[in-house]
Amino acid sequence: MKSFRIRNFVKEYSILFVLLLLAAVFTIGNSKFLTFSNFITIMRQSAIMGICGIGIMFCMIAGGINLAVGSILSIVTVLVAVWTVNWGQNWVVGMILAVIVSGIIGAIQGFIIVKGRINPMIGSLAIQMILSGTAYIICGGLPIFGIPQESKVLGQGFIWKIPVPVVILVIVAAAAAFLFSKTYMGRKIFAAGSNDEAARLAGINTTRVRIISYTICAILCGIAGIIQYGRLGSGQPGAGSEIEMNVLAAVVIGGVSMAGGEGKVFKAFLGVFLINMLINGMTLLNINDYVQRVVRGFIFLGAVLLDSYQHNKGVVTVKSVETDKGDDSSV
Amino acid sequence: MNNADTILKLSNIKKSFPGVRALKNVSLDVKRGEVHALIGENGAGKSTLIKIITGAYVPDSGIITFEEQEYTSLTPHLAISLGIGAVYQEFTLAPTLSVAENIFLGQKVNEGIVRDYKLMCKKAGEIIGRLGVTINPRQLVRNLSVAYKQLIEICKCLAQNSKFLIMDEPTAPLTDEEVDQLFKIIEELKAQGITIIYISHRLDEIFRVSDRVTVMRDGEIITTKNIDEVDKPQLIKYMVGRELSERFPERKESYGDIALEVKDLVGGGVGPVSFKLKKGEILGISGLVGAGRTELAEMIFGAARKDSGEIYVDGQRADIRSPHDAIRHGIGLVCEDRKSKGLLLRKSVGFNISLPIIELLSRLTVVDSGTEKEVINKQINNLDIKTPSAYQLTGNLSGGNQQKVVLGKWLANDSDILILDEPTRGIDVGSKHEIYKLINGLAEEGKAIIVISSEMEEMLGLTDRMIILYEGSYMTTLEKEDYSQELILQYASGETSLIKGYN
Repeated sequence: MKSFRIRNFVKEYSILFVLLLLAAVFTIGNSKFLTFSNFITIMRQSAIMGICGIGIMFCMIAGGINLAVGSILSIVTVLVAVWTVNWGQNWVVGMILAVIVSGIIGAIQGFIIVKGRINPMIGSLAIQMILSGTAYIICGGLPIFGIPQESKVLGQGFIWKIPVPVVILVIVAAAAAFLFSKTYMGRKIFAAGSNDEAARLAGINTTRVRIISYTICAILCGIAGIIQYGRLGSGQPGAGSEIEMNVLAAVVIGGVSMAGGEGKVFKAFLGVFLINMLINGMTLLNINDYVQRVVRGFIFLGAVLLDSYQHNKGVVTVKSVETDKGDDSSV
Repeated sequence: MNNADTILKLSNIKKSFPGVRALKNVSLDVKRGEVHALIGENGAGKSTLIKIITGAYVPDSGIITFEEQEYTSLTPHLAISLGIGAVYQEFTLAPTLSVAENIFLGQKVNEGIVRDYKLMCKKAGEIIGRLGVTINPRQLVRNLSVAYKQLIEICKCLAQNSKFLIMDEPTAPLTDEEVDQLFKIIEELKAQGITIIYISHRLDEIFRVSDRVTVMRDGEIITTKNIDEVDKPQLIKYMVGRELSERFPERKESYGDIALEVKDLVGGGVGPVSFKLKKGEILGISGLVGAGRTELAEMIFGAARKDSGEIYVDGQRADIRSPHDAIRHGIGLVCEDRKSKGLLLRKSVGFNISLPIIELLSRLTVVDSGTEKEVINKQINNLDIKTPSAYQLTGNLSGGNQQKVVLGKWLANDSDILILDEPTRGIDVGSKHEIYKLINGLAEEGKAIIVISSEMEEMLGLTDRMIILYEGSYMTTLEKEDYSQELILQYASGETSLIKGYN
């Protein structure tokens, strides 16, 4: 029994071993890697991606996907900057409004994708283009500088020795883990992504559940956006560009299934941490940025292949049982 | 018959699936140029036999002789190259391609690497002409009516030089005029020397088109007759004359008030249907595959849209627009397709059982895990679900235990009306008996139950009353004392004209 449990843990958290192995390699390569300050650097970089990653998890577990993550983040930094710099209004109110706006964007996005029955990958890509274009239009294509010093606290502040973004990440992660495992909404999200028709026949309004998942995703991207605004100290229309691919790669590495219905918050965060550690380590080893891209691409591809293999393994056995039996009844 | 040599001979074909002996020693001769009808009830083994002839299944033993060549099994590719073609109920056409492209799909009409579309259309036109109809070969298939699509399927077989054509329920989607046209085409094909195996539930058609008829029952061939030697009542006798081998558990019948009333329900090609169901009663919905039984069940459950009609639960009008509404009115549906509609196979037993009531088990959106565990364990114990724990993935359970999980789902919801669509499909014999006992027990507890089954035995053994559907229309209601296999099959085949003779 005990050995069984250990084996299960090894299988479930094999990503931890990959992480440790990579950490060992980087430590040998550069002595600066294994220091507290470098760890905090990686964590800080992981915070924004992690919050977006948890957001995209909601969509993916519910059976969809959201590539508009980065553009929501960008538009939020611009909106807050316009509010505080151009209009001179209170930054706290601006941030709250920005998160509300992103929630509305998510709800509309979810409504269009789910009700319109469009492929979520393509649908969210289109919305990504619309939003990022809009962000550039709002600020005329230039970053907005000169934001109030105190409004940078969410991006640059520290609570004791811990960066504020990391604190926010921990709160968001804990809340998401609670929502997924303890609330009925979490169950419904998993059910909708696992088998839409069966969930519907169990009385779940899967359409509504999906739209809610997009809304939550966008709200989290909004939160990531106000952190990014603080970190950059400006409103930047390109603040979140390309982040969606990194985030997607990270959560898939962290075991969130592309086919829906499966994923764990902590494991997904490990995926995010792994990607950021990889970037950090490779930079310390002076590996060329273009080479880094290629490496990340390969790792993403590997994770997707593994996910597809694991998913189809199950499907094939299910299918073969069905064809064996389907026969006598369809006569 | 002018040319009496045998084109296809099956000798001692056997085929088993886990838990089912689909074909038990089947031998069949088909003569060149005849229209040979194949009939039998649901589950008689027709589809398995067809799949062996088209090479989709490998028989366990036996010999297939086609044009004097002996084979132990065929492959789909070999069957096509021998000239065996099949037209199924579901079409295999590419809707966005043209008629000509579909007819020659996967075939070359000319040499070289550039396709000669003109030649293709010309050849397609010739093939279509053989059926005595005109269809523009350049037209897109998606713009054709169902009847024409079916003709394209036949043309596809002709393009592959098929001389042996299997038609599986070809008239099911057709209107009366279209059926007449199809029969003309069958005559035409026959005149061109093509052998046809014709499968249909409609006995009238058998008498209209076929030369000989073979009756199958329980994986065996009962008889093969020239069509002029038999009449309809005889055919029905051959189809049903089975012994009831299954012992059904006894049940104390005591009925309560009316739990469910359905009034003039219409939708999805079914209806109008009306019936009343009492507490403690088991009502059967009988009919052949395609009669609209599942559609009716899904309409009551709110899973399929109804066009009109009313549903009353416990005497109160119930406005059911979604499964959610039905569940709140205490209706539960055990789906025909357990694996894709009834369960989340990748989720645990407990997850599945508590899913419909998860909101009710929650306080301030948080699931009360203690109560949830109690509810789940109660169902696991009461239904005797064989699982190591509530955390086991449902996909890892056996068919019978999976079905119990589906039932557990609705019992946890305290559903008083249960609709069981093929409750024992894909379940081995031992577990079947257990499911029967369970269903009886639930009825004794006062649940109102609807059973839909393709197995005649199950319908006769389980139900107290049954309504019979034929192609979506309500035919009759039979009380238990009037049950007879002949009568049920007659109604289910739409043969109302014969029934007077019985009364």
